[in-house]
Amino acid sequence: MDRPKVKKWKRPTHIDEYSTGPSFEAGHLVDVHSGWRTFKPVVDLDKCIGCLKCYLVCPDGAVIRTEKKIDFEYDFCKGCGVCAKICPVDAITMIKETK
Amino acid sequence: MNSKIKKITARNMTGKEYFYGHKACAGCGGSVAVRLALKVLGDKTYSVLPAGCMSAVGFIFPQMAFNSNAIISTFPGTASMLSGVSVGAKALGLKDYFAVGFAGDGGTADIGLQALSGAIDRNDRILYICYDNEAYMNTGIQKSGLTPYGTRTTTTPAGKNLPGSITNKKNLFEIIAAHGIEYAATASVGYPEDYMRKVQKASLCKGTSFIHVYASCPTGWGTASDSAIELAKEVVDCGLWVQAEYEDGEFKLNKNPKEFASVKNYLKSQGRFKHLNDDDIELIIKSRDLKWEKIRKSWDI
Repeated sequence: MDRPKVKKWKRPTHIDEYSTGPSFEAGHLVDVHSGWRTFKPVVDLDKCIGCLKCYLVCPDGAVIRTEKKIDFEYDFCKGCGVCAKICPVDAITMIKETK
Repeated sequence: MNSKIKKITARNMTGKEYFYGHKACAGCGGSVAVRLALKVLGDKTYSVLPAGCMSAVGFIFPQMAFNSNAIISTFPGTASMLSGVSVGAKALGLKDYFAVGFAGDGGTADIGLQALSGAIDRNDRILYICYDNEAYMNTGIQKSGLTPYGTRTTTTPAGKNLPGSITNKKNLFEIIAAHGIEYAATASVGYPEDYMRKVQKASLCKGTSFIHVYASCPTGWGTASDSAIELAKEVVDCGLWVQAEYEDGEFKLNKNPKEFASVKNYLKSQGRFKHLNDDDIELIIKSRDLKWEKIRKSWDI
């Protein structure tokens, strides 16, 4: 598994239900970040040359490396636009998200 | 570097994410530094983070963004906790493990400096990465020892009489190198391949290693969130950030630009430098030229 999956988690109602001690599970995700963004990146796979520059510099690890090219993990993309700016062939465009 | 060691590229690096689901601001340069370093180091990594952005955004109960072992240390104690982790792992007989610390500029150059100095002195096998966003960003953009001249922060406001911060950036790289450390380097998230190569190199050290990485901060710098990587590249190209290494007692310059890009463009594109007038910029260029003159004279180019 390359990326931790989001788990269902019930907020404790009593202090006794909280985990104690200094340790907690690694990669324990309960929340996504797709609600953060106004713009979302969309890749034109015909233009994409698979240089993976966007994959390297994505602060959130939200660019997925596919066999030759890329895809996005929209649940964790915050829409910062770093990928669109670094793309050497302008294959990524930021599109305003509408609900 | 030993030519037998395979170079890590975007294509062959692990697809596993070790810093994922964190709550850093969109376009955060510091999280790029943490994410890439953890990907280079792999599964058996113990991260230590003091108070700072990366611990604040990584450990928000019940969201745990670190997908490998990670712990929050005291603010000044990153390096001493790293020492403890490192010798503890050794005592348990673990092999191929890495103890890595990620501290901000304030947590390294101001608050954590003595613990770091002690760790380098003991030469414990640790890697200390300082991600430098040039102010205390997590607490609300206060000036740190690594804030450059002319920066507007909340504790050094720019006005009629003062251009923001009136002190220069501490020369952290050379302070660390002066300890006679096994390996030290400076890098920038704008050149991720170079940064990853340095992390890989540091991971092969038997003693203490240190990497000072320039990490842009859109929130604190007043820049657009998509400019993070571009700015981190520009700062190297205009000569305000030097990419270098220190090993075997020698300084080595990695990038020696024949011509610098415009300092003015770099500064004026950021809210924290917007107030600077031409005289201030001239001053910054002069101190840059002086620094490069020294470097070119005495370092290995």
